[in-house]
Amino acid sequence: MYAFKYHKPSSIEDAAKVFSGADDARYLSGGHTLLPSMKLRLAGPSDIVDLSGIAGLKGIKVEADKVTIGAGTRHNDVALSAEVRAAIPALADLAGGIGDFQVRNRGTIGGSIANADPSADYPAAVVGLGATVHTNKRTIAGDDFFTGMFETALEDGEIVTAVSFPRPKRAAYMKFPNPASRYAVVGVMVAETASGMRVAVTGAAASVFRVAEMEQALASNFSPDAIAGVAVPADNLNSDIHAAADYRAHLVGVMAKRAVAKAAG
Amino acid sequence: MNENGIGARVRRKEDKRFITGRGNYTDDINRHGQTHAVFLRSPHAHARIVSIDTKAAMAAGAVAVLTGKDVADAGINGLPCGWLIHNKDGSPMKEPGHPVIALDRVRHVGDIVAMVIAESKNQAKDLAELVEVDYEVLPAAVNAVEALKPGAPQVHDDVEGNLCYDWHLGEKDPVDAAFAQAAHVTKLDVYNNRLAPNAMEPRAAIGEYDRATGEHTLYTTSQNPHVIRLLMGAFVLGLPEHKLRVVSPDVGGGFGSKIFHYAEEAAVTWAAKVVGRPIKWNSDRSEAFISDAQGRDHHTHAELALDNDGKFLGFRVSTTANMGAYLSTFSTSIPTYLYATLLAGLYATPAIYAEVKAAFTNTVPVDAYRGAGRPEACFVVESIVDKAARETGRDPAALRKLNLIPASAMPYQTPVALQYDSGDFVKNIDDALKVIDYDGFPARCDASKKKGMLRGIGLSSYIEACGIAPSTVAGALGARAGLYESAEVRVHPTGSVTVFTGSHSHGQGHETTFAQIVCERLGVPIENVEVVHGDTGKIPFGMGTYGSRSLAVGGVALHNSLEKVIAKGRKIAAHMMEAAETDVEFKDGHYRVAGTDKELAFGAIALQAYVPHNFPHDELEPGLDETSFYDPKNFTYPNGCHICEVEIDPDTGVTRIERFVAVDDFGNIINPMIVEGQVHGGIMQGIGQALCEDCIYDESGQLLTGSYMDYCMPKADMVPFYEVGTNVVPCTHNALGVKGAGEAGTIGAAAAVINAIRHATGVGDIQMPATSQRVWQAINASAAQAAE
Repeated sequence: MYAFKYHKPSSIEDAAKVFSGADDARYLSGGHTLLPSMKLRLAGPSDIVDLSGIAGLKGIKVEADKVTIGAGTRHNDVALSAEVRAAIPALADLAGGIGDFQVRNRGTIGGSIANADPSADYPAAVVGLGATVHTNKRTIAGDDFFTGMFETALEDGEIVTAVSFPRPKRAAYMKFPNPASRYAVVGVMVAETASGMRVAVTGAAASVFRVAEMEQALASNFSPDAIAGVAVPADNLNSDIHAAADYRAHLVGVMAKRAVAKAAG
Repeated sequence: MNENGIGARVRRKEDKRFITGRGNYTDDINRHGQTHAVFLRSPHAHARIVSIDTKAAMAAGAVAVLTGKDVADAGINGLPCGWLIHNKDGSPMKEPGHPVIALDRVRHVGDIVAMVIAESKNQAKDLAELVEVDYEVLPAAVNAVEALKPGAPQVHDDVEGNLCYDWHLGEKDPVDAAFAQAAHVTKLDVYNNRLAPNAMEPRAAIGEYDRATGEHTLYTTSQNPHVIRLLMGAFVLGLPEHKLRVVSPDVGGGFGSKIFHYAEEAAVTWAAKVVGRPIKWNSDRSEAFISDAQGRDHHTHAELALDNDGKFLGFRVSTTANMGAYLSTFSTSIPTYLYATLLAGLYATPAIYAEVKAAFTNTVPVDAYRGAGRPEACFVVESIVDKAARETGRDPAALRKLNLIPASAMPYQTPVALQYDSGDFVKNIDDALKVIDYDGFPARCDASKKKGMLRGIGLSSYIEACGIAPSTVAGALGARAGLYESAEVRVHPTGSVTVFTGSHSHGQGHETTFAQIVCERLGVPIENVEVVHGDTGKIPFGMGTYGSRSLAVGGVALHNSLEKVIAKGRKIAAHMMEAAETDVEFKDGHYRVAGTDKELAFGAIALQAYVPHNFPHDELEPGLDETSFYDPKNFTYPNGCHICEVEIDPDTGVTRIERFVAVDDFGNIINPMIVEGQVHGGIMQGIGQALCEDCIYDESGQLLTGSYMDYCMPKADMVPFYEVGTNVVPCTHNALGVKGAGEAGTIGAAAAVINAIRHATGVGDIQMPATSQRVWQAINASAAQAAE
């Protein structure tokens, strides 16, 4: 690990100020991507701005129409929350399937979506449930948040403060985990929401994406059979030693059907 | 029976310190004035080193930066290979140099280029980045079969065509004759995937030199400290053994990878004297992936000849083994004497012939990994037997039983050099079939089908040559070392006992198992027995632990020392009780004069041994301290039958292991709980190889699976509770009747899993690891073929 300066501000304002005043600062939340990268000397920020001391970033608020999760909330806090499970079981399931128990006790939703790993689970929830991302500067529609591999709409120094998920009529997330890392080879969130049908796929491509053809089919018939004939093209899907693009394309269909079956109960 | 004696499920004495974080591993040791080393490693699989500039690192505060030139200037030799293999024509194998630090060529990613010594590990890493190395990248040879083809990149200039050796075993003519009269010939091509050993504790080493005494000490994560002392002292650094101490304290797993003498050990030992301060190195996990010797990596073509009744007539096998870039310590013996000799398996195949070519490539060196050659042999044999059953329309269990060596045929001489001493192979299979309810499989298969799932059942009957020894055999086959084991039993004046064993525990539980043997024989409480190992300054010369040999060789050495102690005690007891020695019997910790009520407890005898106020000194020496070196007459032959039942999701290709049954014959068992633990861990590693573990190199020689993000370790949630049982047939040629249990699980498991997957999918050539993608592709290809 290279030497760096460590800061632990107690307010979002202080955090942003320290960040902007540093050469090459990085925010630290759960640290599950950043710290291993630093230990491997693949990342060498000049300053670490630890957000875990900011009380306002933590917590879960369940309202009649939505669930709002503070950016610094740990995965296990979401997974094990009875309120979240009652309101949006698909969200609790998704959080409960991230990494392993130790990862879930450290990793946070804000850190996960700001990092925008193509194989992360939360992007499927943000897009698939039509969430809104709150930052210290603005709100960003979930559909507009992820812009590419490890790329988001966040500006330099902008801090995710919370994510609010509208309560769907029904939803389910199915994941095909990489057996080595337990990241998603393919993860599909299927949701029937107030604003329409949503099918969001993580893991398969550079960034989370929606499958319009499946959404249309499900709108008229919410059953696995309705999307059985929808083939997701393998072009532009990820291909690596774990899963070639054609296998990923196939798995998108399988996971989507299973998610629909689960959501349909 | 003694409650903590042989056969008792004694909880492991050593676990208290391990589970309370009080273990003493190499990295827990810190020496006064210690510096830290980081090894700068080649990022290229094959390159010429044009220049190395260490000036910037030195200017920035390095204690020292040592390169291959420094090593050469110091007159340090390369790392030796411990086993000489001869080619078919009788000429010796090729043994290219293996420098401690690369001089002008690097031959695999991870090859050491420089040693950077600094005040802290992090500083050493910083300084290593300042060492400027100019490489001229060369094309790399990666795949062993390709490496042997004309025009392949040359790994060593003095090894033409990258061929280390071209060896064979068995007689070819009788095999050819058998094939000429065969009713059916089954052919098989398999690749046995390369594995990274992944011991929980990465390797570490501390070198120290005492100017006052001229003594060197090496603390290292070794399975065999005396072997390291001999190899490093005598062959690499030229240090006399009485001035070199090697300590391997608590070691967190080895699986073979900590047998070998590694460059880092020699480097820290040598450099500690150069810089005048102790030097510590510990490996990062990423570093372990490119510097710990890896396992397996065989390409094999096999053919089995059967007659009309399904009897095996002949078996021929041709294997290409990947040695990696250099010859690791025992690398050459693995695909030869630990592999081809096991190709008879459990079957009475009358004629067997095996050819093995070993190739150099620009990859991490390959050597023993749990099972070492025997899993590769078992996989070939059990795969082709299954395939033959399918091709000839026979039940795989029935075909096996038809060809098994019957218990009545023991001892049985195979056509490939070994003589099996004991075993009831038919009973192993019958027991395992019963436990898994083989007859009920069709109904379970139907139930799976109704859920849209595929179900399969696979058998693997294995035998292994373990208790690696006898020295005479090993020597005749090219080993450059003896393979006995030592044990000293030191009885203290108050009757407690310290055992000094040449075996080494790095997870096996010797401190408990060996104590149980003492407990049983001497009748002393288990808490009064201490087992010491892993320090050449304390123990008699020992060969260490590998090849499931600790109990079968080291345990018997201990037994022999205990017999000597009992015999000496009898002399003392006879003297004390004024009886004839022949009238004194020893039982339950007491010496008794037969036919009288005279008796003395073992503890009383121990005290007399050290307080010999009235000993007749011309007849009876004081003291009670005995040492034995035991060299067995034969290998031991653990054997068994594993059966795996899987369910496969055809939509995803995911294999779920529903049941796993193992019936093993380990001979007599000292601690059933420890044996079950060994079996469980071994099966897990076999399943890991079968389903997910894989060292994948790209064409340029980069390891693509160099971290746990990509190298898939098997996890607890991937397996069911194993159903394990034993079928005890004592070894006929050692005093304890034991065979060894360390490697069995790994040897048998992989073939059982893969045979089950082949059965479920109907695809006979699925290779390891059977990842979900590979299974899905196979199912699709098979469906497409069926549609045509």
